[in-house]
Amino acid sequence: MTELITPALHQIRSGTRRHFFQSSGLGLGAMALQSMLAKDGFAASNPTANPLIPKQPMIAPRAKRVIYLHMAGSPSQLELFDDKPELKKLHMQDAPASFLEGKRFAFIRGVPKILAGQFEFARHGQSGQVVSELLPNLAKVIDQVCVIRTVTTDQFNHAPSQLFTHTGSPRLGGASIGSWVTYGLGSVNQDLPGFVVLLSGGKTPDAGKSLWGSGFLPSVYQGVQCRTTGDPVLYLGDPPGMDRDLRRRMLDTLAEMNQAEFQRSGDAETITRIAQYELACRMQVSVPEVMDISQEPQHVLDLYGAKPGFVSQAESADDPRQLYKGDDPTFANNCLLARRLIENGVRYVQLYDWGWDHHGSSLGESIDETLPIKCQQTDRAIAGLITDLKQRGLLDETLIVWGGEFGRTPMMQNNVRSELKKGYIGRDHHPFAFTMWMAGGGIKGGLAYGQTDEFGYYPVENKVSIRDLQATILHVLGLDPYQFHYTYQGLDQRLVGPTEEGRVLKDILA
Amino acid sequence: MGIGGAIILAIFIGISRVGEVIAQPTAQINFNLDVLPVLSRACFPCHGPDENARQANLRLDTKEGALRTDKPLVISGSPEQSKLFQRLVSRDPEEQMPPPDAQQKLTESDVEVVRQWINDGAAWSEHWSFRVITRPRPPMVERFDWPQNEIDRFILDRLTRIGLKPSVQANDQTLLRRVTLDLLGLPANRDAQRDFFSDERPDAFERVIDRLLASPHFGERWGRHWLDAARYADSSGFEGDPPRVVWKYRDWVLNAINDDLPFDEFVVQQLAGDLLPDASPQNRIATGFLLNSQQDGGSETSRLDAVVDRVNTIGTVFLGLTVGCAQCHSHKFDPLTQREYYALFAFVNSADEAKLEFATPEQFARRDALVAEVASLTAERTSYAATLSAERIKSDPGYLERTANIDSLTGRIPTFESAQVLQPATPGRVTTMFIRGEFHRPGEPVSPDVPQILPPLPPGSRTRLEFARWLVSADQPLTPRVTVNRVWQHLFGRGLVETENDFGSQGSRPTHPELLDWLASELPRRGWRLKSLIRQITLSSTYRQASHHRLDVDAIDADNRWLARQSRPRLEAEVICDTALAAGGLLSTKIGGPSVFPFQPDGIMINRATPAPWKISPGEDRYRRGLYTYYWRLTPHPMLQTFDAPDAITSCTRRQSSNTPLQALTLLNDPMFTEAANAIAREIVSSRLENDDQRVNRMFQLCLTRLPDAHERKLLNQVLNRARSPLTEGTSGKTRSAENVERLAWTQLAQTILNLEEFVVRE
Repeated sequence: MTELITPALHQIRSGTRRHFFQSSGLGLGAMALQSMLAKDGFAASNPTANPLIPKQPMIAPRAKRVIYLHMAGSPSQLELFDDKPELKKLHMQDAPASFLEGKRFAFIRGVPKILAGQFEFARHGQSGQVVSELLPNLAKVIDQVCVIRTVTTDQFNHAPSQLFTHTGSPRLGGASIGSWVTYGLGSVNQDLPGFVVLLSGGKTPDAGKSLWGSGFLPSVYQGVQCRTTGDPVLYLGDPPGMDRDLRRRMLDTLAEMNQAEFQRSGDAETITRIAQYELACRMQVSVPEVMDISQEPQHVLDLYGAKPGFVSQAESADDPRQLYKGDDPTFANNCLLARRLIENGVRYVQLYDWGWDHHGSSLGESIDETLPIKCQQTDRAIAGLITDLKQRGLLDETLIVWGGEFGRTPMMQNNVRSELKKGYIGRDHHPFAFTMWMAGGGIKGGLAYGQTDEFGYYPVENKVSIRDLQATILHVLGLDPYQFHYTYQGLDQRLVGPTEEGRVLKDILA
Repeated sequence: MGIGGAIILAIFIGISRVGEVIAQPTAQINFNLDVLPVLSRACFPCHGPDENARQANLRLDTKEGALRTDKPLVISGSPEQSKLFQRLVSRDPEEQMPPPDAQQKLTESDVEVVRQWINDGAAWSEHWSFRVITRPRPPMVERFDWPQNEIDRFILDRLTRIGLKPSVQANDQTLLRRVTLDLLGLPANRDAQRDFFSDERPDAFERVIDRLLASPHFGERWGRHWLDAARYADSSGFEGDPPRVVWKYRDWVLNAINDDLPFDEFVVQQLAGDLLPDASPQNRIATGFLLNSQQDGGSETSRLDAVVDRVNTIGTVFLGLTVGCAQCHSHKFDPLTQREYYALFAFVNSADEAKLEFATPEQFARRDALVAEVASLTAERTSYAATLSAERIKSDPGYLERTANIDSLTGRIPTFESAQVLQPATPGRVTTMFIRGEFHRPGEPVSPDVPQILPPLPPGSRTRLEFARWLVSADQPLTPRVTVNRVWQHLFGRGLVETENDFGSQGSRPTHPELLDWLASELPRRGWRLKSLIRQITLSSTYRQASHHRLDVDAIDADNRWLARQSRPRLEAEVICDTALAAGGLLSTKIGGPSVFPFQPDGIMINRATPAPWKISPGEDRYRRGLYTYYWRLTPHPMLQTFDAPDAITSCTRRQSSNTPLQALTLLNDPMFTEAANAIAREIVSSRLENDDQRVNRMFQLCLTRLPDAHERKLLNQVLNRARSPLTEGTSGKTRSAENVERLAWTQLAQTILNLEEFVVRE
């Protein structure tokens, strides 16, 4: 019998044969490889097809790429999008037993008090969607946005919930959506990674780099974290004092010697390595160029509130208040970078902004003081991103997703103090109903989707699960969420999990 | 079956003739190797071990189920009369199996396998890896000049059957570099080269192997393989990623491997060293193996997560089974029920972490005294503070003096060398099933036991210790098979079973089942001594072959599964660093001790929820071997990451081997490699070598264990002359001394060689 390629075997082979960025479009890439192999009479024994080459979608796509804005820690829907006057009436009264029976909270103990929304809401745009006073800029573009107020999740701790949102599994080892999407669709620009991750807020999200890991998918599909200070990709810059011309000639010598090595060994990996040196050389030019937001005109910088060259102090901050400065433009810079990246063919750009976990139990973590600062850091940038994409005709092709990993409770968190104190007003984790929004490619702008009960506790209309959102994202990109799979450990792994519970949200599609 | 089907099958058989001969020289269908994988993939998801997913109360993973006598599915010798076969070839969507909407489809060849199997009598046997290891006789071969030992007879037998000849022996230069990299992870130094190349004795290579096996650096190389599987790291992972002091476990592994501790004892100590009678501190340090799990705080959920990781690690490392699949439901493909998963879980559930500290009784007593003094002074300060008003505390001289005193004493409390060790939980825990694997949904209690498919535990008590002994007992077939397969993988780039962590029905079949079993039977016969096994393998002609591709081999065996040549794997991250540093004479030969902080660029340790220091180690610790580099799980050293070092999150039994532009950037621009190139240049320039040719030779020998050929020499001379040319001074604008020019020119040359593809592969 011929060899049975079992899924496990397939897994190993694809894992060991991955070839970052390799492309037939490269000077000494796969095409050269094929011709050299043919010339030397070697069978294409090690077919090294470029794993990142653009691939046909499975179904008609509505969007080509994604910018996902994750507010790590989870913003309060009750202060931003879900206005609940009933909470004002019951403010500081004991929460009813029905809120608490059979529930586990991360921090709330005993009977907590109801907490009124701390900020005012108003209707905006032609769609008349309700938006908080904390988001004045988003309010101006709200007709582009579909706000979903009824998202629910299974997890109530940060790391598992972030993992569930981005990999479809609360445990480590799953593949992130960005990896799935680049695996399914490839990437347009072979001089840049297909899946880029940008961080702001001074810290990595709780679940760490597993959030952009490729899990069981070949690791060529993992997210590449581009740094916003120093070399965006490590060792992109030549060492100080390096003579560019000398370096170029050295690379030529290297290529010649490596080709001689290939003549001896007949190993196709040698040719791949020559191609990777060439690509590295091109990346030295292409990556800094795309990452350099100082090339943007002032009015575009202003649109986002971006400041080129800003070095955040947040990363080394010991005092939490250092993390929270309203004029910190790191997130705005990242939004602008996101646009530049997708404009240059990157498939999936993931932003994580840390600092949205407003329990009110310690300094610098409150709804009343910190949330407005975080909104100030992000509101103009997000509205700027939507506006900019729209002006460039890119919004129709780009799906934007915004949200946290869960929502926040209608009750005030009471484990540290149960009375209201300025700077210490907070809410606990709430997985049962929270707000996310989508905009751009394939999404009905201006739609307010789903309704929660009078306390914002549970969905009462059009409940949306994380699996539904994942199915919808894949569907919008032209990937059938049920057929799109990767065989690993004998199972057909899917982003939407083993069951059919995730539904494409047809109602929100344009 | 329709006529069309028959024609397609006939064509299929025709074109697969070569392959058929390869896998099945007897042209007989082998149930285990051919049929079971098909049934497993296509049928077991709904008719397999998982009782909850089982449809129509039909089981095809057991002999009783598939070959049942009432309402039989299989009529031996008559595929067309067999229900099982009829359903496979049916065109009726109601009848067809797997159903039209199933994700698993059968190919024509799959169907033909089943047909032939039934036709040949539908023999049933256990999955190959669960069967008792017999000791196959090495086949008789016609060529007597090639085999060095039994291994070669197994390999040659297969090669002969498919009409391939083995490759010639690699030249001495390649052989020496290969075996030194494989056994020590280091380049052969000049002495070693001179000794071997001038040794005319017939057993010169054997002498090299014996010298390498006796080297203390052998433990570093093979210890690193084990640390991959043990998911060793110097921090706890998750968002907090706090440091942990565990290097004594790492050193235990290195020493055990250098001492050639028999593998069965090696396993028992790591799983249950704390339960051995009169457990020594070293026995207890060994138990760090299980404790290497990531750990996220002290909650029960995080403890259970760690136990899950420990069970899965045992499954991967010793049993070669994806037991983790059975955490939430019975395994879909392999005979492992969810209950059996929790029976394994029960062995390790009642073990907790303890800290073992190393100091003299006097040192402990002194520390206890200091701690007690600090406690009493603190209490005294509290009562003193009670006499003061809240505002005055911070400025009260008496209070401040007391605080200063306490702080100074606290600073004098010593910390001792320590290790994380296992100890039995008191009281022990009752293990329950977890419904769907969810920790908040406990099910029935489960007591410790081993899976039914494997030999039972001897009667008596069932602690971790009995379990560990069972893992390495004579009749448990998985551990020896999995272990020798990994050894083979480290020496050939691929195991005889390619899926080294899945010996179940979804894993790949062994290419050389008899050789695998012969090696597995050798292991206990050699007293479980891995050095002896490694010696045997490296002495074989199979190992010594050249690695060059051959047209005739590539035509029928492109993946080199039948080993008509050696493999040509890329070197691991640590080996690349170590080799570069060693070539420049920078590498420290110090063995063991706390993990170190070599150079890494700024901006790696940022964005951490808990800040962590990276202060570059002073002196020779800056240039230690890569395996001593402090491993923060959240922010690993970038060079290690770029070259596929494992993430230490789950057990890694085989590293990936990527080929990326980030690797090119690292080798070109990482200051560590520039520094190595500088050091090589310094050594060359300050040597007494007379001319460029001699110097180029020396550099090539240091880095690649060989001399350049004429073409290479010409190209390298061009590099040299360009670098010496006054024209290239233009950019820096400074006039450089002749000496400087010379050093920079040789640095250019060294950098070129360090970036050669040959430098990062083992040929």
